[in-house]
Amino acid sequence: MAHIELKNIRKSFGLVDVIKGVDLEIFSGEFMVFVGPSGCGKSTLLRLMAGLEDITSGEMSFDGTLVNALAPSRRGIAMVFQSYALYPHMTVYENMAFGMQLAKSSKEAIQERVEKAAELLQITPYLSRLPKQLSGGQRQRVAIGRAIVRDPKVFLFDEPLSNLDAALRVATRLEIAKLHHAMNSATMVYVTHDQVEAMTLADRICVLRDGLVEQVGTPLELYENPQSLFVAGFIGSPKMNFLNGEIASKFGANTIGIRSEHIEIADRDGSWKGKVVHSESLGSDSFVYVDIGMSGDPVIVRQEGTRHHNPDDAISIAPIPGKIYRFDAAGKPLKH
Amino acid sequence: MTLDLWTITKRTAFYALVVFIVFVAVFPFYYAILTSFKSGTDLFRVTYWPVSFSWDNYISVLSTGSFPRNLLNSVFVASVTVLAALFLAITASFALSRVRFRGRSLLLMTILAVSMFPQIAVLAGLFEVIRFLGIYNTPWALIFSYTIFTLPFTVWVLTTFMRDLPIEIEEAAIVDGATPWIIIWRVFLPLLWPALVTTGLLAFIAAWNEFLFALTFTSSNATRTVPVAIALLSGGSQYEIPWGNIMAASVIVTVPLVVLVLIFQRKIISGLTAGGVKG
Ligand SMILES: Nc1ncnc2c1ncn2[C@@H]1O[C@H](COP(=O)(O)OP(=O)(O)OP(=O)(O)O)[C@@H](O)[C@H]1O
Ligand SMILES: [Mg+2]
Repeated sequence: MAHIELKNIRKSFGLVDVIKGVDLEIFSGEFMVFVGPSGCGKSTLLRLMAGLEDITSGEMSFDGTLVNALAPSRRGIAMVFQSYALYPHMTVYENMAFGMQLAKSSKEAIQERVEKAAELLQITPYLSRLPKQLSGGQRQRVAIGRAIVRDPKVFLFDEPLSNLDAALRVATRLEIAKLHHAMNSATMVYVTHDQVEAMTLADRICVLRDGLVEQVGTPLELYENPQSLFVAGFIGSPKMNFLNGEIASKFGANTIGIRSEHIEIADRDGSWKGKVVHSESLGSDSFVYVDIGMSGDPVIVRQEGTRHHNPDDAISIAPIPGKIYRFDAAGKPLKH
Repeated sequence: MTLDLWTITKRTAFYALVVFIVFVAVFPFYYAILTSFKSGTDLFRVTYWPVSFSWDNYISVLSTGSFPRNLLNSVFVASVTVLAALFLAITASFALSRVRFRGRSLLLMTILAVSMFPQIAVLAGLFEVIRFLGIYNTPWALIFSYTIFTLPFTVWVLTTFMRDLPIEIEEAAIVDGATPWIIIWRVFLPLLWPALVTTGLLAFIAAWNEFLFALTFTSSNATRTVPVAIALLSGGSQYEIPWGNIMAASVIVTVPLVVLVLIFQRKIISGLTAGGVKG
C-alpha cells in the first residue's frame, strides 16, 4: 500500500532529456498503466520509481516520504522485468527466496512466504527446478512470484508479457488481474504496448508522449474523452479515423476523428461516397477499409457479424451523429 | 567410379594430414616419456618403441637433490598466483564492466597495453621493486611478479564475460537488496564459472612454466621452482648431462597440468546462463 507522488520529475542521460517534468499521482492500491509510443520514456519513468536510475530533478514520494535518494531495496518495491531476469544458477525456490535471505528473515518465514506465493501462481511443482527447465510462461510466473514474496507496497511491471505468445499472454494477463484483486492493498504500475492489456488491467491509464504526461484517466475516460488528437489516435484498436480538410471544416474543425464503430454503411444526407479497398472478417465483427478520396489512410468501418465486401465496390458510409470528435489546429478538442 | 576414387583420395589425404599434425604435436612428449623409462646406456640408443622399462630415473630425481621441494614450490606459487589473480580480476572486472566512471575505456586499454611489454623489458625494474619489498628469493617474489603479468589477460577476459551478463539480472538482485559484493560473489560468480576455470587454468599453466623470473628472483635450491630446477639439474660431472633425470622430471611436471585440464574440462559447461533471461 503506497500512495505515490511525482512532482516535476526530470531525467536526463547526459545531454539528452528523456523525462521532461512529469507530475503524477498514483493512489494507494491503484493499478496504473503507462502507455505511449516506443522511446517516450515509459521504462525510464518506471526505473526512476524503482530507484534503478537517479532522478535528475524533481521530487518523488511514497506515502509522503521523499524517496529520491532511497536504495531500491528500501523503497518497498518489487519489479518484474520483460526478460524475466531470473538467477539462472538458482532453483525456482532459491530465486524466490533470495531477497528474503538477504534481508535475514528466518528459514520458516521464507518457506512459508515462498510456498504461499508458489501456490497462488500454481508453480509449486517446479520449486526445485532451474529456470532453464521452465517454459517462458512458467518463468514469468516465477518472476512474478519472486516479486510477491518480497511483499512489496508497490509492484512495478515493465512489459512483463511481451515475450509470451498470444495464448499465454491472455492467461498470464488474467493471472495479473487476479493478483491485483488478491493483493488489493498493493499499488501496481505497469508498462505495456498492448491496448488490450492497458484497457483491461488498468484502473487508470497514463499516456506518455516524448517524456511528458499527455493524459491520465480511466480507460473509458481516455476512450470517450481524449484530451488531444494524440490520445484519441493512441487509445483504441483499430485506430480512430482522422479526417481533415474540407470534410472537417464542414464540422467547424481542423481535424475530425471518428471511431470505426461509429460509422454506418448508409446512403443519407452528409454521407461519404467511396470505394472498398479491402475487407476483413474476424467472425464476431468485420472491418471494411474505405477510400473516400482523401489523402492518407483509408477509413475503417466496423460492422457486427460477418459481412463481405468486394474490393473496388462503390460504397456509401455515414458517421453516427454526435459521435464525432472535433480538434483544432493544435490538436486540442473543441467543445460541442 | 571416378567420383568414388576422388572421395577416397580426399578422405585419405585429410586423415594423413591429421595423423601428421598429431604426430608432430605429440612426438616430443612421447619421446620424453620413452626416455624417462630408460636407464644406463639405453639412454643413448635412439629407439621409438619401449625397449626397456625401469623407474630408476623417477626414483633418482625424487629422492636426490631438492626436486621434491621445487615441485612443492611450484604448486604453491602457481596456486596462490591463480587465487590472487582471480580475486583481483573479479573485483576489477566488475568495476570495469558495470560501474560507469570517467576514463573507463582508457583504463581498460592501459591494462591491455601492460601485457604487451616483454618480460625482459621490466626485469630490471621489477627486480628493484622486489628487493625493495624485501621478498627477493622467496616464493612471494614469484607470486608478485606472476600476478602482475597474469592480471591484464585475466581482467580483460573476465570484463568481456561480465559485460555480457544480462544487466536485468543484476538489477533484479539490486531490487532484492544485494550489495555489489553480494552481486559479485553470489550472482555473478556462479555464472562466470566457465570463464574463471579457463582463465584460472591459463594463469596456472603460465605460472607453472615460467622460467625467466623464476631464474632471476630466486637464488637458492630451496626456493626455486621446477622449470629452473630442471634446467639446473646436473649430473656427476660437469660434462655429464643427466638426460634420464631431466626427462623424468619433465614428465612429472607435465602430469599435473594434464590432470588439471582433464578435471576442469568437464566443469566448463557452456550455456550456464540459459534460462535466466528470455530465450
Ligand atoms: N541509459 C541510457 N542512456 C542514454 N539514453 C537512454 C538510456 N536509457 C534510455 N535512454 C533513452 O531514453 C529514451 C526513453 O527510453 P525508454 O526505455 O524509457 O523508452 P520506452 O518508452 O520504455 O520505450 P519502449 O516502449 O521501446 O520500451 C530513449 O530515447 C532511449 O534511447
Ligand atoms: Mg521500455
